[in-house]
Amino acid sequence: MSKKGELEIPDFRNTPTIDKVGVEERVARFQKRSIKTESKMQGLRMALNMIDLTTLEGKDTPGKVKQMCYKAQHLHDVHPGLPTVAAVCVYPSMVKTAVDEVKGSGVKVASVSTAFPSGQAPLEVKLMDTKFAVDQGADEIDMVISRGKFLAGDYNFVFDEIAAIKEACGKARLKVILETGELVTLDNVRRASDIAMHAGADFIKTSTGKIKPAATMQVTYTMLEAIRDFHLKTGRMVGMKPAGGISNSKLALHNLVMVKETLGNEWLTNEWFRFGASSLANDVLMQIMKTETGIYQSTDYFSID
Amino acid sequence: MKGWDYSPALESTSHVEIKKRYELYINGEWVKPASKKYFKTINPANEEVLAEVAHANEKDVDKAVKAARKAYDEVWSKISPAERAKYIFRIARLMQERSREFAVVESLDAGKTIRESRDVDVPLACNHFFYHAGWADKLEFAFPNRKIESIGVAGQIIPWNFPLLMAAWKIAPALATGNTVVLKPAETTPLTALKLAEIIHDSGLPPGVVNIVTGYGDTGAAIVNHKDVDKIAFTGSTGVGKIIQKAIAGTNKKATLELGGKSANIIMDDAPIDQAVEGVINGIFFNQGHVCCAGSRLFIQEGVVDTVIEKLKHRMKSLIVGNPLDKNTDIGAINSKEQLDIINGYLKIGEKEGAEMYQSPCDLPSSGYYCPPTLVMNLAQSSRLVQEEIFGPVLAIQTFRTIDEVIQKANNTPYGLAAGVWTDKGSRIFNLTTKLRAGVIWANTYNKFDPTSPFGGYKESGFGREGGLHGLEGYLKMN
Repeated sequence: MSKKGELEIPDFRNTPTIDKVGVEERVARFQKRSIKTESKMQGLRMALNMIDLTTLEGKDTPGKVKQMCYKAQHLHDVHPGLPTVAAVCVYPSMVKTAVDEVKGSGVKVASVSTAFPSGQAPLEVKLMDTKFAVDQGADEIDMVISRGKFLAGDYNFVFDEIAAIKEACGKARLKVILETGELVTLDNVRRASDIAMHAGADFIKTSTGKIKPAATMQVTYTMLEAIRDFHLKTGRMVGMKPAGGISNSKLALHNLVMVKETLGNEWLTNEWFRFGASSLANDVLMQIMKTETGIYQSTDYFSID
Repeated sequence: MKGWDYSPALESTSHVEIKKRYELYINGEWVKPASKKYFKTINPANEEVLAEVAHANEKDVDKAVKAARKAYDEVWSKISPAERAKYIFRIARLMQERSREFAVVESLDAGKTIRESRDVDVPLACNHFFYHAGWADKLEFAFPNRKIESIGVAGQIIPWNFPLLMAAWKIAPALATGNTVVLKPAETTPLTALKLAEIIHDSGLPPGVVNIVTGYGDTGAAIVNHKDVDKIAFTGSTGVGKIIQKAIAGTNKKATLELGGKSANIIMDDAPIDQAVEGVINGIFFNQGHVCCAGSRLFIQEGVVDTVIEKLKHRMKSLIVGNPLDKNTDIGAINSKEQLDIINGYLKIGEKEGAEMYQSPCDLPSSGYYCPPTLVMNLAQSSRLVQEEIFGPVLAIQTFRTIDEVIQKANNTPYGLAAGVWTDKGSRIFNLTTKLRAGVIWANTYNKFDPTSPFGGYKESGFGREGGLHGLEGYLKMN
């Protein structure tokens, strides 16, 4: 057994097994927590501040990205005092535009890389992709792992690739996307989480948003457990980003409950927890306005981007 | 931002009506006790009096048994089984309609969390009535080629840990099989049984078919010793179970006894550890550990001891102990002062033995009866904390090396109610489950209950089964 702070690379064939039925039961318990009044308001504001507002489309243009960056800093100016989102997440080609738009606001710029979303490119291309995004000013890199290699049992390949990308990131924080929808089993999710963290991930992230299912609570919980175990073993904190499928406030609050009870309050900041979502922000805003004014407002009162 | 705590989320009690005083429910009427005595039932979470309840003496019990006999002879044994089913269905439906009220009253009177009374006790109680209603007119298919008959008057005595659910476990099969009932709820938790009497009354069940008499041990003794009772169904302590067995020896009374337990939860080194830890937490802390089948002995294979204990402690940090009516409370109040004293007595023994203890760092309310969730580690098989039923949130932890060793140790107990096995390997599950001497064995889960599944014990955990097809047998004569 290794001492705290010292990193020992385990044999990834022997990662802990996960019982799906047990995970489902535990997740159901989180969903039974009743979040009311003050804690609800605090949770909603926290959720807003943890969102990575995202556009990852072939048809993205600087115009679209600029609009999203404005929204990131001005979520709902009708209601002053709201936090900004945590970051905007774009393709490498849009990083420069985004960096210019959010300058000085505290909103970070994250870029997907490594031949996102499939990751089917040689390492040299992935490294270039990453370095380009970093050079353009990205604060965070969201890479994808090679799922094909993982499923074929080539864990060393996956590990080495993540380690190489981490090096290429320099000061940028690295989020490693496992694309859990393609890994299928929770055992695989756990194993991939362990590989990513040992290879240097600052964050582990569920999905690209291009594959379903994405961030189910079962998958997120399995990854949170992996983070907790990594922390218990090494003393190092790793962040978590569920992405895709979290579109309403209730689900966001349940996720926060899960983070609090699995990892603790230390993880409840956008330094350690993010939501990869675009439609979540407006639902949270609607809930906040409802709590403040007592009435639900129509979606037309909230800007779409 | 520092911390994020859950604001209070109290279940409303405004829709619940608790009378100041409850009489006995005999022959379809609320009657004053011949004893003229009443006792108080309190809320263990704040020690406030909830109601006064009649204390039945021998005369009252005699009246109840006579009513039950008359109802059996004149009505209940004569109507068609399909008619019986209708009444049982009606009781189930009425209970379901008033489930919120039942849940709140159960939490108030027993100290159990609203999460459990709402999600476990009340729905399961309803399901027992629904399930048994279905059997009433199909009994000949349940026991093909056998001639079956109802028994007569069943005397039923139930404990305080699952007051409504145990009443349902007892009353539903008795009615489905054509028997009439005299039921005594526990003295610390009589209210939901009395609420159930209200529902039974509303259902139009013929007078005398179900009689509810409240009181202490003397009331229970009067039922057990009454000459005209044909069957005793008891759930409670092994001590009282022995007294009952002595009392009915040499009589024609049939009996089913569901008694204590010291059930083993076994974690093998290949188990899905996080889910096993969760199962252990649920196994011992469910209902404050007041569960006859609580997984109160934990056996951990030596290779994973440190990991499991570290994770148990970590998980215990997020358990919320407090007001049972708060929807976020995980662990409520200990049922009574007496029980709290018993639990604390065992903790003292542990201290004296020099056992290593861990209690979760939680704030306990200033009034009411509370006990923080507790682990007692590195215990020897001979320790009293391993041998005896504590009936509280106290987990006795032991280690083992081989499968043979753990089977031996798990079976080395006077009890045999339940067990849990945690391993990733299917063959190991079958090996262990065939060798463990316990009535119920769960694999990679714990505390799963369903009306279709029989429940009951080996050895000093009792005899007879409740629930499922097997549960019907206890209320039938078979030829």
